[in-house]
Amino acid sequence: MAQQKTGMVSLEEGGFAIFLVLLAFACLIVAGKTFDQVMAFHMSIGALLAAVSVFLIFKKYFDDGGEVIPAEVDGKPNYNFGPVKFAAIAAMFWGIAGFTVGLVIALQLAWPALNFDLPWTNFGRLRPLHTSAVIFAFGGNVLLATSMYVVQRTCRARMPGKILPWFVVLGYNAFILIAGTGYLLGATQGKEYAEPEWYADLWLTIVWVFYLLLFLGTIWRRKEPHIYVANWFYLAFIVTVAVLHITNNLTIPVSIYSTQSVIVWAGVQDAMVQWWYGHNAVGFFLTAGFLAIMYYFIPKRAERPVYSYRLSIVHFWALIFIYIWAGPHHLHYTALPQWASTLGATFSIILWMPSWGGMINGLMTLSGAWDKLRTDPVLRMMVVSVAFYGMSTFEGPLMSLRAVNSLSHYTDWTIGHVHSGALGWVGYISFGALYCLVPWLWNKKSLYSLKLVDWHFWVSTIGIVLYITAMWVSGIMQGLMWRAYDNLGFLEYSFVETVEAMHPFYIIRALGGALFVIGALIMAYNLWMTVRHGEAEEADAAPAGSLAPAE
Amino acid sequence: MADTHKKDVDQISGVETTGHEWDGLKELNNPLPKWWLYLFYATIVWAVIYWVLYPSWPLVSSYTTGVLGSSQRAEALAALEEGIAGRSEFADKVVATPLEEISQDAELLRFAMANGQAAFGDNCAPCHGAGGNGFEGYPNLQDDTWIWGGTMDDIHTTLLYGIRVDNDNARFGEMPAYGRDEIFSKEEIDQVANYVASRTGLETDEGADLAAGETLYVDNCAACHGDNLEGIQELGAPSLMSANYLYGKSLDAIKAQITNPRNGVMPAWEGRLDEATIKSLTVYVHSFGGGQ
Repeated sequence: MAQQKTGMVSLEEGGFAIFLVLLAFACLIVAGKTFDQVMAFHMSIGALLAAVSVFLIFKKYFDDGGEVIPAEVDGKPNYNFGPVKFAAIAAMFWGIAGFTVGLVIALQLAWPALNFDLPWTNFGRLRPLHTSAVIFAFGGNVLLATSMYVVQRTCRARMPGKILPWFVVLGYNAFILIAGTGYLLGATQGKEYAEPEWYADLWLTIVWVFYLLLFLGTIWRRKEPHIYVANWFYLAFIVTVAVLHITNNLTIPVSIYSTQSVIVWAGVQDAMVQWWYGHNAVGFFLTAGFLAIMYYFIPKRAERPVYSYRLSIVHFWALIFIYIWAGPHHLHYTALPQWASTLGATFSIILWMPSWGGMINGLMTLSGAWDKLRTDPVLRMMVVSVAFYGMSTFEGPLMSLRAVNSLSHYTDWTIGHVHSGALGWVGYISFGALYCLVPWLWNKKSLYSLKLVDWHFWVSTIGIVLYITAMWVSGIMQGLMWRAYDNLGFLEYSFVETVEAMHPFYIIRALGGALFVIGALIMAYNLWMTVRHGEAEEADAAPAGSLAPAE
Repeated sequence: MADTHKKDVDQISGVETTGHEWDGLKELNNPLPKWWLYLFYATIVWAVIYWVLYPSWPLVSSYTTGVLGSSQRAEALAALEEGIAGRSEFADKVVATPLEEISQDAELLRFAMANGQAAFGDNCAPCHGAGGNGFEGYPNLQDDTWIWGGTMDDIHTTLLYGIRVDNDNARFGEMPAYGRDEIFSKEEIDQVANYVASRTGLETDEGADLAAGETLYVDNCAACHGDNLEGIQELGAPSLMSANYLYGKSLDAIKAQITNPRNGVMPAWEGRLDEATIKSLTVYVHSFGGGQ
């Protein structure tokens, strides 16, 4: 197809430019009139980023004269991998930042003096910085990169739009920047995993709707008759996260010039909405999204078909229908009515097999290719990831039972449980996907060094094992100490005695975290060397995995 | 399309695929694993049984209560009652017995000490330290220095009403800010601080005018801290001869306290802890070794 020259600014370019110009002015006005310094800072960043974006849109237009990028070149899809590359690099950057902050707060728990008595570095501000950086910045960028890559390749279609994909990727990272700096400066609405204030939430909503449109647009243009299983999971993740985000962040700003806002929910309803959100952020962001990654990258790397199509359908629908009910198990023994708590616990038990359906499909896909685990550390990383997924989705339903929860709740056991899922499952499947993706995106034959991947794998696996075992021991000990009574009916231990008893385990946990950070640094070096010095894929060879279409 | 479907069989497993392919990826047509399916059913059956037994499903204005009649709230209240009942025999006795006589009954003392230790750990230790050893600004309860008195009754009163807090019976006494409020000049602060230091065995500044300091002390400080620096407990004015100072024992710390005094607070426990617990705490704190 010949390149078309239009000479006119397209509707898309013009639309985004006008929107961003208006946004820049709105930000400037608020920045100028507000007495809230954090608001002034954030609105200045907003104005600057919007203005730079408008400049880039027009620079691109004048550079290429409004050229329409063809969706296909020589009958092959002309995939758009620029935004994917950006998100992959951002994921690695935010990953290291988020893991490092996690290490810092782990050290602060062992040695509180390490907060240096500064407001910006105290635990209360760094903890949400850590959780948001690893979940939304690292995890979010991994999901953006892989979803944009996978949906294009499995639909054999270029993503729609010239500005749109960049708007989604850059807009999402602008949200991360606003949220992260907000935490450090003390702007928070105090909802766990939903700490960003109203203006950041509003911006994320806009970006997310465009993300949904981008994803649906790519599926709409697909050249394949069916939609691949990974894309069902990506779509469930995008749609549900939108619903969760909006419902849990329905706040009324105190004023348009203030960072503060008031949530519309009250009391136990607020708690319930918060944990419906919190639990399903795990279910749809950290599970559905990363199962999508598993469904593309494991069969691809193992060069084997997915084990069972039927299982993938049944566990997909079971997972998304049942997950949404399980939130109340975060609120056992609180003001939440008992019936809600029972319902949440029973659905958590029913959720066990739908979760394991994903694990079975991931692991059994390797049947006929198990020998590759010995030679391919990337595949090994992804398989261990699925094993961790199976372990934490067994532990989760167990902990959701009231009897178990009465021991585990509020203890470090919860932290250990979360991290076996976060470091093991989400971390490793992301690392595996990035190790696959980087050579493919930059047209390299292979990674710079598989030996380094091996080192990454072993160093961080030891780190994870140290982390979760330390937290199990410390958490169960803590729970038992809290409930110990002497023979006169008085509590055996004071709170501070339990803290003292946990100190050694806090040190072990920090050591585990340090090993995980070291692993990630090895990975970043390896990926950097792959991009800079990797051997280029031969020009005429087909890109990795691009086989002739079916039929 | 279905009619023209070619059978595509995976060579390694011998299992048919679904015939679809995306970017080189295929799917096998394996059935659901039996054990998986039956466990899935089992969890659903388990949940249904649980729903029958326990409160679980919301109705329009109520909820299904379950055949077991379980109520988490009632159970918690019953456990609380049971705990209180189990302790009430001794607790009532502690309330009825005068403070000094509690130690004469070995069983009662054992109870009061256990109650005191448990309450101290969760309420007092954050400031006074796990063993009552105190920190700078938080009095050591093990030594002989008592700001508001170390008898059973003194300790009991302090526990009940607190120090410099919003309670009608709170202990109240405030050191004037000689520096901040410009009652003394900087030179005078140096003089009186050096005088106090010289009396309590600290090193003084070279060439300090101790005589002037003594005059200032007698005119301004002695009313509360006593003619011989021995302190007056009724006013909460600490002895300046004691081995430990609340805000640090050094010439600089004395100057700082005269210039811009810190007047620490302690919460009133009346209404927050029951009387048996407050009396038990009194006995427990008194036993640290410093009790008078």
